[in-house]
Order: sequence, then C-alpha cells, then structure tokens
Amino acid sequence: MYLFDAAITPPLDLILGVVLFWLLIGMAGVARSRSLRFVSRVLFPMGAAGSLVLAAAALYAIGAPTAVRVLPLGLPDLPFHLRLDALSAFFIVLVGVVSLGVSLFSAGYFRRGEGATPGLLCLQYHVFLSSMVMVMLADDAYLFMVAWETMALSSYFLVTTSHRIAEIRRAGFLYLLIAHIGAIALLLCFGVMHGAGGDYSFDALRASELPVFWASTAFLLALFGFGAKAGLLPLHAWLPEAHPAAPSPVSALMSGVMLKTAVYGFLRVTFDLLPTQIWWWGVATLIMGLLTALFGVMFAAVQSDMKRLLAYSSIENIGVIFAGAGLAIIFHAYNNPHLAALALVATLYHCLNHAFFKSLLFLGTGSVLHATHERSLGKLGGLIRNMPWVAGLSLVGALAIAGLPPLNGFVSEWLLLQAFLFSPGLPNPYLNMLVPLGSAALVLAAALSGYVMVKFYGVIFLGQYREEKMRTARDAGAWERVALAWFAAGCIGLGLFPMAIILLLDHVTLPLVNFTLSAAISGNHWLLFAPVAAERASYGPLLFLLGITGTLLVTFLTVRAFYHGRIKRGAVWDCGFPEQTSRMQDTAEGFGQPITQIFEPFFKVRRRMPDPFSSHPVYEKSNEDKLWFWLYLPIARANERISSWIGILQHGRIHLYLLYSFVTLLALLLFVH
Amino acid sequence: MLTSFASFLSQLAQTLLVVLVAPLMLGWVSQCRAWLQNRSGPGLLQPYRVLFKLFDKDALMAHNASAIFRGAPYIQFGCMVLAASVVPIIETNLLFAPAADVIALVGVFALARVFSALAAMDAGTSFGSFGARREMLVASLSEPALLMVFFTPLLIVQSSSLNVIVDTLAHREFALYPSLAFAAVAFIMVLLAENARIPIDNPATHLELTMIHEALILEYSGRHLALIEWANAIKFTTYCTIGIALFMPWGIAQAGAWQMLPAAVAVLIVKLCAIGAGLALMETVSAKMRIFRAPEFLGMAYMLAALGMLTLLLLGA
Repeated sequence: MYLFDAAITPPLDLILGVVLFWLLIGMAGVARSRSLRFVSRVLFPMGAAGSLVLAAAALYAIGAPTAVRVLPLGLPDLPFHLRLDALSAFFIVLVGVVSLGVSLFSAGYFRRGEGATPGLLCLQYHVFLSSMVMVMLADDAYLFMVAWETMALSSYFLVTTSHRIAEIRRAGFLYLLIAHIGAIALLLCFGVMHGAGGDYSFDALRASELPVFWASTAFLLALFGFGAKAGLLPLHAWLPEAHPAAPSPVSALMSGVMLKTAVYGFLRVTFDLLPTQIWWWGVATLIMGLLTALFGVMFAAVQSDMKRLLAYSSIENIGVIFAGAGLAIIFHAYNNPHLAALALVATLYHCLNHAFFKSLLFLGTGSVLHATHERSLGKLGGLIRNMPWVAGLSLVGALAIAGLPPLNGFVSEWLLLQAFLFSPGLPNPYLNMLVPLGSAALVLAAALSGYVMVKFYGVIFLGQYREEKMRTARDAGAWERVALAWFAAGCIGLGLFPMAIILLLDHVTLPLVNFTLSAAISGNHWLLFAPVAAERASYGPLLFLLGITGTLLVTFLTVRAFYHGRIKRGAVWDCGFPEQTSRMQDTAEGFGQPITQIFEPFFKVRRRMPDPFSSHPVYEKSNEDKLWFWLYLPIARANERISSWIGILQHGRIHLYLLYSFVTLLALLLFVH
Repeated sequence: MLTSFASFLSQLAQTLLVVLVAPLMLGWVSQCRAWLQNRSGPGLLQPYRVLFKLFDKDALMAHNASAIFRGAPYIQFGCMVLAASVVPIIETNLLFAPAADVIALVGVFALARVFSALAAMDAGTSFGSFGARREMLVASLSEPALLMVFFTPLLIVQSSSLNVIVDTLAHREFALYPSLAFAAVAFIMVLLAENARIPIDNPATHLELTMIHEALILEYSGRHLALIEWANAIKFTTYCTIGIALFMPWGIAQAGAWQMLPAAVAVLIVKLCAIGAGLALMETVSAKMRIFRAPEFLGMAYMLAALGMLTLLLLGA
C-alpha cells in the first residue's frame, strides 16, 4: 500500500525516512560495537544530521495540511496508521531540535567503561529517538502502545547503562514499574474510548459517541497514565531516581523530550480524541499541576545531588505545563476560545522552553561530571575558572529556568499568568474566584525556582574549590561546547522572538480550540508582544534587552570617562577574618536549610545528632518524601501480603496444579449450566 | 511623530529624575529618622557625598573573583534604571512602558537580585554565601507577594500595564476599593523587606549574624560599590513611586496634559516626602526581627495580598 500510494506527502515521508535512518545507524553501531571512535565520531553526528532533517520537515509540516498514511506493518488486518497534523508536527520539531543538540553532545561525551558497549548504547539511543517520533505519528491505539512501550523499554536500558551498580539497577526497576502501571492505565483508557466497536484507529475513537460517565473515566485514566510518564504528583517517584542514574545525554533526552510525549498524549486524548471537555477535568488537572509544581520546586531546593535537583525541577516544570493544560480545558469547556488558545499556547511554549533549558543544564552537569567525577554539590565549587564555556552557557540555562526576562522561561510564565488573570467571566462563580487565586501558587513556585537556580549555579560554578581535585578540572571539548551553545542560543532566541513562535503555534491551536492567537493581535508591532490586546498586557523582550544593555553600556562608559578603570586584586576580605577556608562557604545542605524549616510539614526530616562527647562527631540529616511512606510503601506491603496469600496455593508440584485446573474446569462447567 | 517625540522626552525626563533624585530620597529618610531619634543627622546630601567618594576610589577585588563579580553591579544598575523607566510618576505617557508590564517589572527586580546573589557567592566567603541564601529566601517569599499585590489593581483595571492602571485609577470617578487596602498593607511589608529596611534587615548594621543585604556587598568596593548603592537607592525610590502609582495615583497627569505638569511635580514631591517621613517613623518605632521570623512576616504579606484579591473577586470592589 505504502509503496503504491499516489499521493506523496513529503514531510511525512522525510520523517519516516529519518526514523529508518536512525534505526540503520543503530544497527551500524551494533555491527561495530566496540569501536568507540566510530560510534561517537561518525554515528552520533550522522544521527544529529538526521535530527536536523527531522526538525526541518516537521517545522514545514506544522503549517502544511494533515497527512495520513497506512503502513503495511503490524499484525494481519491491523496495519499501522500514521497521521501528521500540526500538534504532532510541533512535538516532532521538539524531538528534532533537542536530539540535534544531544546527539552532538554525545559525540564528544561517551567514554569507555560506562557499562554498556558504545554500539549497544548507540542502538538503544536511536531506537529511543525513533520510538518517540512514532508515538507522535501514531494514528491508532495499537501503534501508539507499541511505540510507547518501545520508548519505555529503550529508555529503561539507557537508564541502566551503568548496570553494574546496584543502585542504578534499582532506579531502573522503579522506572520500569511506574512506566508500566501508567501503560496499563493507557490501555484501559483506549479500551474505554473505543467502546463496543472493533476499530482502534484514532478516527474511530474520535467518532465514537461516549456517554459522559465513560468519557470522564477515559479522561481520568489518561491523566493517570500520562501523569505517570510525565511525573505528576503521586507518580513522580521514578523521576528523581532515574534521572541521576542515567548518563547525562540520556537524562537530557528523557527530561527534555520524553516527558513531553506524555504531554502530547494527554493533549491528544483530551482535545482531539474525546468528544467534549467537562470543566471539572480542567480543575482536576489544574490542581494536580499546581501541587506538582510546588512540590517539585520545594524538593529541588533541598537536594544535594546536582542531577536529582534538576530532576525535581523537571517535576516542577511538568506541574506548570499541566496547570496550563488544565486551564485550557476549563476555558475550552466554557467555550472561551481566546483564553483557551492563550493557555494552550502557554502550555506548548513552556514544553519547548523546558526542553531547551533543561537539556542545557543536564548536559552541563554531564560536562561537570566528566571533568570532576563528582555529582554531589558539596564537593564542587569554583568551576567557572576552569570551565568558562560550560559555566557561561549554563548561566543562560539557569537564568532561563528561573523565569527571568528577557530569556524564554519568562515568556511562557508570563503567558500563563495572563491566562490565569484574565479569566473572570466564566459562568461558574466559584471558578471565577479560584482560577485567579491559582496564580498565587504559580508565582510562589516561580519565585522558589529562582532560589533553586541560585543554589544550583552558585554552588557548582562559583566560590572557592571545595575539593582540591577541582583545580585540575578541564573545560568541555568542542562537540560538547557546540551542543551547549545550541541550547543556550535556543533559550535566548525563544525568549526574544515570541511572536514567531506564536505564529507557529497558531496552526496547533486552530484545530484544537478553534482559535488563533495572532488573529487577536493583528495590529501589533513586531517589537511588542500582546496576546490579548495591546492595552491589556504587552511585553517587548527585544526592547527590554535593548533597555538593559543600553543603560549598562552608558553607565560603563560614563564611569570610565569621568573616573577610572583601576582594579586592584587582593585576598578576600570577609569582615577581616584572617582564616578563610573553602569549607566555610555555604554548602548545598545549608542552602536548603531555610526551605526545610519553612516548609517542614511537607518533608520527612530525619536528623541524627552526634554524641556531645564523641571525638569523631557525625551529623546526619536527610529530607525524604512523605509520599513514599504514605503511599508507595503501604501499597508495596499490601502487594506483598496479597502475593503471600496467593503463594499458599503454590507448592511447585505438577499434580497439584493439574488438580487446580480440573477443579476450575468443573466449576466453570457447573456455572455455565 | 510629534507625540512620539514628546513621549520620548517625557520618558527621558521621568527616568533621569528618578535616577538623580534617588539618593536624595534615601538622605531624606535617614534625616527624618535622625530627627525622630533626636539626632542632628548627616544632612540630605550625604548619600551623594558617599557616592562621589566611592567612585573616586580604586576597586578592590578578590583574587578568585570572576567576571560575574565585575559585571553584576552594572547589571543591577541597568535593571533598576529599566524598572524606574516603566513607572509613571508625573505623566502617564511613557514610551518604554509597553515593553514591560507589572509582571516584567517584578522580573527585572528578580534579575537584578539573582545577579547580586550570584556575585556574593562568587568570592566564596562565608558571609557572602549566607547573605546570598538569606537574600534569595526573603525574595522567594516577597516576590510572589509583590506579584499578588499587583494582581489586585490588574484585575480591577483589566490590564497589566502600569500606564493603563494609573491612567484608569487616577482619572475616573472616586470609588472605594477595600481590596486595594489589603494590597497596600501587603505592599508596604514587601517594600520594607525588599529594600532591606527595618523589621527584616537593618541597613545600618554590619553585625554578622543579622545582616542580609550588607553581607551580599561585603566584598565590593570603589565604583562597583557606588553603583550598587546607587542602584539600591533607585530601587527604593522606584518602590515608593510604584506605591504612589497603585494606591494614590491622584495628580499624575494624563498623556499630553501639559498644563497639569507643574501641579503633578508638586504633588509628587509632597507624596515622596510624606512616604519618606512615614517610613522613617515606622522604622523608628519597630525593632528588627530575628531572621527566622522573616518568613512569617512575608507569609503574612503574601496572604494579605491574596486576601485582597479574594475580596475583589467576592465583592467586585
């Protein structure tokens, strides 16, 4: 069918071509599995070239009409349906631009002795990328689940790259477990949506007439299933374990792209497949999102491992994204297309932004890790002097993630706040009050993320070396620098030219909520960005940057002209204390202390004080997640108890099992008659 | 063309006015405080003398200080000038105002603060890093409170542009807004916290256990210190003008109303003097809090601001 198809759809064909190309690269990697040089210097750059083509094709496809295709693969009578519309094209662009940078970084990153052989890593990596693209392209539940599971499995193997370490195996298992609990919910969700028909293609799901109860069930299952993949609140536990365990490029891909596949799936199911939206779906999503955001940022503030810190920060950002999606559902359910489009654009924009800055920071930690072999913040410090490239580019990422203007994190937060604040006018009086109040939680999370990023950046890159070995740390190589620079440029570009992105996102919002944001802002100047109306709210990132740099230059030149530029170097002063060691700087734990003190009820804090007479005093403190003790461990214990009851039946003797079968048969026969 | 030139002039004049008058405002507050405490005080012009002295001196930097340490004072100064340029003080005809609304204004303050905290951590001293931590802690609670304060007038006017807010609130029939009263109280608390004033911080102390802001700039000297001090003066004055713009905008001239300008300037001077005297009084009668109490204080500001918003949404006023 595919080969003889008359209608040629170039973007879709190109995308499929890239997927095939990636799989071939993976095979080539396995063929020369031990050659690190070949894999990293030839195959990964080739993969990056594929990413570039993918991103370009998908970018073109966002504005192009929807393309569909049936692949003669899969089971008999159950072929794979593909569909490339604006929503999937947008997320494929995201896969392309992030994997471009990550593949370039990987070309210079992987070393020998990281567990899996380079070739195997190359295969898993490219299968992972391909499966994410296939998730976006899938147009039937069958292909969607196959791609979804391929994605989960390939990323599981990537997480457990250093499989000789028991802790990493445990992290991988937890990830796999939660991924599959989520997958079961998704299977059920598709089952519910498809009702009684025998057709699992998305077209059939769209057409099926669901009663409200079953539609709500399907929605809740989708929220649960995609929430498990994204790291929404009760199902977040795998994120802070799996991200630190994985190699840094893999963490970047998982955090930057894989979490977004869950957002994609959620939007696809709620806005496209389900026939209607009901307002309380949005409220549930909004509340879960805001809680997740606050939870994530609070825990990020008390972490001492740099990759765990970033993982919790990812939880926060996913919370913000889901809060935006929840708002979009509420507005859409109440037939307010303008605000729905605004919230949806903020959501999608934040997906893109998070992909850029989180990948940048994860890759930056990878460079730091290779230069110092330390992941613990308490042993780093002062690296801005040895690693100026990594430090400089990471600074862009840290500022962007803290939501500071004129970088990209600010734009999406700004858009989301506008959506929160201009909501009055909903027919539900309670929502009219509660939605603007939701912005209180959002701004608190945003402000705390500034705290987190000062801690992250300040402790790693600034100050004095906390350990002697930091002195010998070397800056990242050329491949890694290029990749970091790509992401940093993305953070700046996405921050300065929001109008361009809005025009792109219009194609996505039009089919989903029947509104384009740029239609409302046609009379706008390109320097100014006003998504609602110019007199309501506007923001000009370029003018903003111009204003700051202009004053900065004028000040600098004026000071130089009227005074002097003399600088003397000396020892640090520090109120005149003569003895200054690097151990006297604030530690990561110290930086987290006020947060544990203020938000104590949210943490399970364990302290172990030393004996007053001990000659080698040891002080220990840990902040743990209460949900572990309230939710996960009870479920695990209940599970074990039930298994042990069922275990009574098991004796390992074959005749007993035959007896069981016989009794069951008899019982069934009796029941049937 | 003429109007945009006029608004350019207006923009330039208002920004320069705030930048140049800012140290005087600090001088006025400390003079008032001295009078209230029965001292003669250093005089109104003392902050200018300090600035001139600092600009003249050589800048001393630690051996291990990086570019962030050198650049941060300029960035802070730039941010504060930008912040000052979007707040209408005499006339609501600001050319630059559409580039940054109230949310971006909070973002500018945050940008400056993050750089000051990073610069403090750069030298790697004990005081610098704990100052950074405390500053960010105070900020992470006061920043949401400030945004919530802004949201109440924003919801009343249905605009996030400060220009439009002032235009609407100042030039319409008088109406009482109980919600704005809550927001005003919260704003005063945020103003005290963000500008390192007395109950949260004491600008006159170098006692190591209590200082927040002074710990951040401990390693700075010469022109860098001068720029930071000046930036802080601008920040303080800008906060005062924001308070005026949101809660007592009467007298600020509308765009193009030239004949109103002299009156607007006079009203502004009176308001600033009154605010300075009021703050001095507040600082004289209250004592500095322990640092552990600061979150409670700011939590209250945050709650008051949220309450203001809730009042507005409940009562519609």
